[in-house]
Amino acid sequence: MSNQEVNDGIDAVDANSGHLQSSEALPVLSISDLLVAYDTKVVLNHINLSMRAGELIGMIGPNGAGKSTLLRTIAGLIRPQKGTITFPGLDRGDELRHRKMTKVGYVPQRFDIDPDLPLRARDLVGLGWDGHRWGVPWPSRLRKEAVDKALTLVDALSFADAPCGRLSGGQLQRILIAQAMVSDPSLLLLDEPLASLDLRSADAIVEVVDRVAHETGVTVLLVTHDMNPLLRAMDRIIYVVNGNAVIGSVEDVVKKDVLGALYGYEVEVIQVRGRILVVGDDAPVDLSGGLHHMTPRPEVPEMGSRIAEERR
Amino acid sequence: MNYLWQWLWPPGLWANSDVRTAFFIGTSVAIAGAVVGVFVIIRGQAFSGHALGDVGATGAAGAYLIGISALWGFLAAGFSSGIAMESLGDRVRERDIATGVVLAFMLGLSALLLYFISTSTGTAGAPIAILFGSLFTVNPAITPEVFALTALSILIIALIYRPLLFSSVTAEVARVRGVSARLLGLMFMVALVIAVEESALVVGALLSTALLIGPAASAVQVTRKPTSAIFLAVLIALGQIWLGIILAYDSFFWPPVDRGWPVSFFITSLALLTYLTMRLGTSIWRHRRSRRPRTTSTSSLVASDAQGGTLT
Repeated sequence: MSNQEVNDGIDAVDANSGHLQSSEALPVLSISDLLVAYDTKVVLNHINLSMRAGELIGMIGPNGAGKSTLLRTIAGLIRPQKGTITFPGLDRGDELRHRKMTKVGYVPQRFDIDPDLPLRARDLVGLGWDGHRWGVPWPSRLRKEAVDKALTLVDALSFADAPCGRLSGGQLQRILIAQAMVSDPSLLLLDEPLASLDLRSADAIVEVVDRVAHETGVTVLLVTHDMNPLLRAMDRIIYVVNGNAVIGSVEDVVKKDVLGALYGYEVEVIQVRGRILVVGDDAPVDLSGGLHHMTPRPEVPEMGSRIAEERR
Repeated sequence: MNYLWQWLWPPGLWANSDVRTAFFIGTSVAIAGAVVGVFVIIRGQAFSGHALGDVGATGAAGAYLIGISALWGFLAAGFSSGIAMESLGDRVRERDIATGVVLAFMLGLSALLLYFISTSTGTAGAPIAILFGSLFTVNPAITPEVFALTALSILIIALIYRPLLFSSVTAEVARVRGVSARLLGLMFMVALVIAVEESALVVGALLSTALLIGPAASAVQVTRKPTSAIFLAVLIALGQIWLGIILAYDSFFWPPVDRGWPVSFFITSLALLTYLTMRLGTSIWRHRRSRRPRTTSTSSLVASDAQGGTLT
């Protein structure tokens, strides 16, 4: 199947969601005809998306599909070759270079912190408040209240005074969400927040982002390998394969024909005990990166462990 | 008691003008090293700090050959290599490699210059002073310059304190918020070069990390906030240098002859002793509080670095 046909499929779905949006307020984020390339390798192409206030959107796709690239482009860490990213629903809905004003909260992929780092969890959150300003920090009531509010939002008050380097993966993830939330953003971007977390910690993170989106009204865009932990909280899904993306409700996107058009070959969507598995044929050579996670074999880590978990 | 007083405040200590100069310059240098050192630890730049000291030897040897103060030689070499290191290695991963390449060349050059010095003077006095320190022979005329440099390095740290911390701990989040890691890296490099080269003047090019890493590494063991780490590091550094000067003065009456032992030996020994005490103390304290076991990698690297510095 040619690239053009795949793109046609995407435009169709996009038109669908565009229709839904016309009846509501301006979108928080709008991306049109985005193209991102590293050197000559096109990583993302023809991306058209828009997100509304208070939506929780999961970005799913196989390794190397361009999920993190799209997230980092929205965050302003990568400059697109073509296309625009605008924030029409915000006061200063300008180009992305005004991101300091448009307030994008960013939670990076998991990283390690030295256990001896002389910094408490609450100090890390405080850097989200005034870390971009010159000079030394001065304690203020406003700052403390904002930090405490963010810590409460992510259920982190109990370990707020612990050194950052001694937090567990899930705790650090929640502190980083608080750090992003303390600056009162309109859009929260999270890069693989559920990766390498046990099920309980992952559920706690899902609970936090659920609250952020549906109680505080912040738009949340979250990259993850596995859509299943998010199913109960997610409003819409972005499925990214080989630099192309489809956005819509889970029912509209995770279907045989839509995903088949995206992958470029036949796939099956199987529902097992409230979980969704996407199963494809073995990958053609040019799509090898794309197919890896779709094969429902035990060697595929996320699905294998899910199934094992189910049996217990 | 009287004996201890005699030992801590030996007769004639303050009357000696070399001791007075050593005290003033040592105090100034200790403060700069401790303040900058805490950020060196936070940023994981201990190797760069060590390398800048070694490289300084080349400049100091050059300065000796053309007949100016070693301080200017240290600073000239430090700034040129510091800027080169900062601009060659863009990413953290590359920084150590870039440093290594510059370092090897500069040390080779210093071997040549020190050879010229020893053949022209017929003694090894100047090379030993450059490599292992010469606190008691520092020319008192440069005291104002040392004070001014210390003030400059502290001013720089005060100016970039918040964004530097932000960018050092969560680099990508800081970038999204518009913090330029590159600019901060360069500004911090200026403060780092000043602290390292001043320290090299006092304890020698090879041992400069004793005043940079030593106090800060000890302080981060027992503190949870950068500000308290900085204050404690300054206290430790002052104790280290004052006690070092006094011991060196005492050692004029020690065997083998009535020439004092090298002051650098005392300062570096005190640095190691403090570090080991703090580390042991916190381990015992943590063990008794039965916290989760330490899984540290960076701190043990710092430990071996401090040790290596002392044994050199």
